[in-house]
Amino acid sequence: MKRLPPVAGEWIDRTREISFVFEGKSYRGHPGDSISSALLASGASMLGRSFKYHRPRSVLSMANHDINAMVQWAERPNVRADVTPLTDGMALTAVNTFGGLRADKASILGAFSRFLPVGFYYKSFYSKKLFPLWERMFRRLTGLGKVDFTAPHLCTAKCYGFCDVLVIGSGPSGLAAALAAADQGADVVVVDENARAGGSGGYARGADEVLAATHNDLLQRAESHSLVRIMTSTCAAGYYTDHWIPLVTADVMTKMRARSVIVASGAYEQPAVFRYNDLPGIMLASAAQRLIYRYAVSPMRRAVVLAANADGYRAALDLVAHGIEVAAVVDLRSVIGDGEAETAVIHQGIRIVLNACITEAVPASDGKGVAAAVVVPVTQPNEAIGLGREQIPCDGILMSVGWAPAGNLLYQAGTRMRYEKSLEQFVPDVLPAGVFACGRVNGVHSYAARLLDGQRAGSAAAAHAGFGIAMGVAVPNETECPTHSWPIIAHPKGKNFVDFDEDLQLKDFENAVQEGFDNIELMKRFSTVGMGPSQGKHSNMNALRILARLVGKEPQQVGTTTARPFFHPVPMSLLGGRGFTPERRTPLHSRHDALGAQWMPAGVWQRPEYYQVADKSRSDCIQGEVAAVRNGVGIIDVGTLGKLEVIGPQAAEFLERVYISRYANLKLGMTRYAVMCDETGVVIDDGVVGRLAEDHFYFTTTTSGAATIYRELSRLNTLWQLDCGIVNHTGAFAAVNLAGPRSREVLAGLTDADLSASAFPYLALREASVAGIPARLMRVGFVGEWGYEIHVPANQGAALWDALMQAGGGHGMRPFGVEAQRLLRLEKGHIIISQDTDGLTNPFDVGLDWALKMDKPFFVGQRSLRVIAQQPRKQKLVGFVLEPGYAGTVPLECHLVIHQGEMAGRVTSIAFSAAVGQTIGMAFVAPELAEVGNAISIRLSDGSQVPATVTRTPFFDPDNLKQKEAV
Amino acid sequence: MPWRLLRFALSKKHPEPRMFSDHPQLKSSYDVVIIGGGGHGLAAAYYLARDHGITNVAVLEKGYIGGGNTGRNTSIIRSNYLTPEGVKFYDESVHLWQDLSEEFDLNLFYANRGHFTLAHTDSAMRTMRWRAEVNKHLGIDSEVVGPDFVKRAAPMIDLSCGGHAPIMGALYHAPGSVARHDAVAWGYGRGADMRGAEIHQQTEVLGIDVQGGKVRGVQTSRGYIATNKVLCAVAGFTPRILDMVGIQSPIYIHPLQAMVSEPLKPWLDPILVSGSLHIYVSQSARGELVMGASLDPYEVQSTRSTLDFVEGLSSHMLDMFPFLSNVKVMRQWAGMADMTPDFAPIMGKTPVEGFYLDGGWGTWGFKATPVCGKTMAHTVATDTPHPLITGFSLDRFRNFSLTGEKGAASVGH
Repeated sequence: MKRLPPVAGEWIDRTREISFVFEGKSYRGHPGDSISSALLASGASMLGRSFKYHRPRSVLSMANHDINAMVQWAERPNVRADVTPLTDGMALTAVNTFGGLRADKASILGAFSRFLPVGFYYKSFYSKKLFPLWERMFRRLTGLGKVDFTAPHLCTAKCYGFCDVLVIGSGPSGLAAALAAADQGADVVVVDENARAGGSGGYARGADEVLAATHNDLLQRAESHSLVRIMTSTCAAGYYTDHWIPLVTADVMTKMRARSVIVASGAYEQPAVFRYNDLPGIMLASAAQRLIYRYAVSPMRRAVVLAANADGYRAALDLVAHGIEVAAVVDLRSVIGDGEAETAVIHQGIRIVLNACITEAVPASDGKGVAAAVVVPVTQPNEAIGLGREQIPCDGILMSVGWAPAGNLLYQAGTRMRYEKSLEQFVPDVLPAGVFACGRVNGVHSYAARLLDGQRAGSAAAAHAGFGIAMGVAVPNETECPTHSWPIIAHPKGKNFVDFDEDLQLKDFENAVQEGFDNIELMKRFSTVGMGPSQGKHSNMNALRILARLVGKEPQQVGTTTARPFFHPVPMSLLGGRGFTPERRTPLHSRHDALGAQWMPAGVWQRPEYYQVADKSRSDCIQGEVAAVRNGVGIIDVGTLGKLEVIGPQAAEFLERVYISRYANLKLGMTRYAVMCDETGVVIDDGVVGRLAEDHFYFTTTTSGAATIYRELSRLNTLWQLDCGIVNHTGAFAAVNLAGPRSREVLAGLTDADLSASAFPYLALREASVAGIPARLMRVGFVGEWGYEIHVPANQGAALWDALMQAGGGHGMRPFGVEAQRLLRLEKGHIIISQDTDGLTNPFDVGLDWALKMDKPFFVGQRSLRVIAQQPRKQKLVGFVLEPGYAGTVPLECHLVIHQGEMAGRVTSIAFSAAVGQTIGMAFVAPELAEVGNAISIRLSDGSQVPATVTRTPFFDPDNLKQKEAV
Repeated sequence: MPWRLLRFALSKKHPEPRMFSDHPQLKSSYDVVIIGGGGHGLAAAYYLARDHGITNVAVLEKGYIGGGNTGRNTSIIRSNYLTPEGVKFYDESVHLWQDLSEEFDLNLFYANRGHFTLAHTDSAMRTMRWRAEVNKHLGIDSEVVGPDFVKRAAPMIDLSCGGHAPIMGALYHAPGSVARHDAVAWGYGRGADMRGAEIHQQTEVLGIDVQGGKVRGVQTSRGYIATNKVLCAVAGFTPRILDMVGIQSPIYIHPLQAMVSEPLKPWLDPILVSGSLHIYVSQSARGELVMGASLDPYEVQSTRSTLDFVEGLSSHMLDMFPFLSNVKVMRQWAGMADMTPDFAPIMGKTPVEGFYLDGGWGTWGFKATPVCGKTMAHTVATDTPHPLITGFSLDRFRNFSLTGEKGAASVGH
């Protein structure tokens, strides 16, 4: 077993054991373990297979900077084993293996790697005939975790957070920043993706007890500060405009709005590139330290440390302090620092090989571990048998050759970064307002300096948020370069990996450049470096160095690719939240339900399509509703219409400008049909405008257009600055249309208003009380019957409905739905915008010339319509009827009108009309076919054609006698 | 295993030459200057050389080739448009696409997966029927299908879409395909380069020299070039270039965003689009779900990402595929779409002699890459608009002969 004796500060709870299954085998671990730590502690050495060659892999970063250990956890794909807390009863498998992790059949692909250079799939497999076969093969091999179609739909609530200063990262600099900001009075939130706060302060120790004590003190001060909230296991997943940061935990997303943001996200330790650097047992120094101090797991028994900075020496001391033998520290440099760590290593008698590199790791006999490191002087790394070549037996190699800033959020915020040669690292050059950086991401690496840098940033961030003044803090420069400029060793036989997600080797980059992909963006797209699930955290910097060297440029000139959200991938359930899909219901919804309404969506609204009558077909129900309106009385909920008011001295002027007709001359208490066009003269909406007072109009829009029209009118009013205001009453009013020959009788019993034709003529608007409810009544004729549209405050809608239903009961009144209304208006030849019009329809096309007042000084679309008026018409909306008694398949809306084999129009509306006794419809046709009496031909989906005849509209009551009082 | 791969294993040195030559210097003059090294510009250079023998051509790209919308789109290819002009044009494009990999000796991963535009309302069903009827009339494989058919192609779909928007049917377009977008730029770039055209990356156009209504040259960040012919193919920068020659356009720019999931074992074969839920989704050859939605509702010339985009799209994806709750979104990005009032592109000659425009590509430019390159090459070479593009001329906005693709273009990129 590889569990160490208790380590101070370890995250695991040794008092409890939990069991889990990995690849069919049972293991035990402790609460506090991650999946990977528990597996390693239980003696497992291989945790996953690589994506392309299916090579054995184990821990590399232990920090979610790679996906070597990616597992399927029941229905959860792509679970990052290094950082996912172990829970009891987990059943896990490695992703993307063929026949299990140990005996993955696809590992044969490794043997073919010479056939599969970078971009190999672009170079072959493309014959038109065979591609589908190859594609099937690729699709079998590709992808990682599996989707489980039975997985539940998780609907998670979202939270909203606010703070003065958000600190991302709870390492030494982040904690120092938080304390400095809080001491100035700012409300501070610190987030850290790890299960516990402290960052590298908790593990990058160099076995230094004093440092550990200092760090614990810092952590305790931050945790106990009343103005500091620390959120652990929380990832700042992205940076969006105005300091809007999604904070993601395992089960909730909090959208945080901060006044200032401090990015203290640290740095990603970068791997060295040498042959077989991906074998299990070879890991970043920080990964070994995480294993030791967090999980008390011994990463190996005998290590070789490849170092190029003091961090490597500290890691060596950490190993030794926990009983792990360090065979040698192999240093890429010729001179080492004189710091405490280096001195201690020398003092402990650990062998140091200077000016040397590891050219390759010798695989263990089973290929699933390390047997030795081949160490060679850096001056002759490519010599197979060179002077001083030495094989050092070991079962693990630590890589401590440098860092790349975890600058993702800084880039997303728009920070300009520059390459600092003295640090061999990109550092922030120009930060956006309100964004601050400190610690390793800011190029400050030594512990003491990080605390100072954090204080500086914390104070400045608090000041930016309005708390105190920014302290001047002098942050000392680094005494040594923490990062090597070229931790990359070529090897003639390759397998020296740069991107572990994508199995990219050094020569892949050389080949990509040879083929002309010699800038960073093209190289990324061709080689796929950084495109895997870890998004380049461990690979982009080395790729950049390789490219820079190949094209003879400095890293600064090569630049970086664009960092985009997310920092770590975020589950769709947390992003989607509860799945808030608003659906609007009118105040009468429950009444319709009780009456058997069959619902249909209408924009954001639900409307009754028709009311189900027991034992009747849909069509019979609809025809019954139509008959009730034509012969007696019906009632329809029209509360979904947009209902607007415009009030003010220039209210009439406003309507003159937005509608094509004239409203300045509209008499008080009267309404007028209103059509709206866009700037290109296309019809976009219609409704009715009523005048309540000289400076006060009430008007309606279509149901689906309500929101956009209100928005557009508000925009126009803002542009024009007219002396009037628009109020949106759409949700504030309930509305019904009471229609039919007997509608007046029904209404008469409920109102004192004079309903005589002379007192309340067609198209009039009256304010009166109906069933004791204050109402606006409009005599409109959309369905072609004597009728009243009655608008009342929404909270009294149900009472109005009940009163009308009761009063109508004795008159045989029936509620009718959208389908009946569609048929009724079709009989009248009234158009429905967007059904009988499309994205190019102008008023001339649909016979609205009469409504168009071109002599107005201005209205939206007028200029375009002037041009269009001079042009020949391209289409015309006409009425048509099918032959009387036609018994074949009835055409559907949008079936084409065919003339001499060519498209000559389309059906926009069609239905059987009992009143007419024929199937009637409207269609766009070519102007030459538009004459009344012309025969046209409509083609069905099966290709057969149905004859029809162009007919005058309205089909029903052409002289509008229904609106006149019977004499 | 294909022989080509054998060659890789047997050669000591990587046996592949540069795809694009290096040109340290700009020449002092070219017969044609193409602004924009995306798919469209490179395709035009390719066809100018291949079909018209015009090889003294410079393609100027201010960033890197294929770095604009060519590398940002979700790579859907289809021809089920609404107007005869659109259908004929895109159909020609689909035909060109099918042969491109062989023509280029480069695998574009042109994968025929079938394309469904889902309808959740009766008005959407009407539009689908309209498109299907127009398509069939023009010989395009396109039909309205019922929910059962959708279910057979994607058995895991929740046809009720969480109960919010039940699927009533779909427009099914069997030839609908996806392709590896970057490779398209590389294929055209290599083909143009091999035939003598020069590709100049990191070369920005600063001004266009127009004298007496004629193009005379181009001022670039690397010096002046004399030329009588300029083709503008710059997607989200069209108005900026048009300003340089004093042409007004009706183009307004909206961001169009997209996102991808982590790689998953392939489970979704067809391309699915839903106008009501604002979704389009397919699964790439890498196993990533490539997802997009409709345009951002406001004008911004920016490629910034927004959080509400991923939130909304994820929510709608889960309505359709509830089992994706644990699947993670890996990356999001945005492109800039040149929108025109009638949702159709602007192609052809302009009032400035020698200045040719290929713009207004909104959200549908990728699928047109081959036909666009071919017809623009013809237009530039002969100074006469290609017959396939006469419906897309700039002057249609002056004389109101618009080409209404609104019904087909919205969301169904």
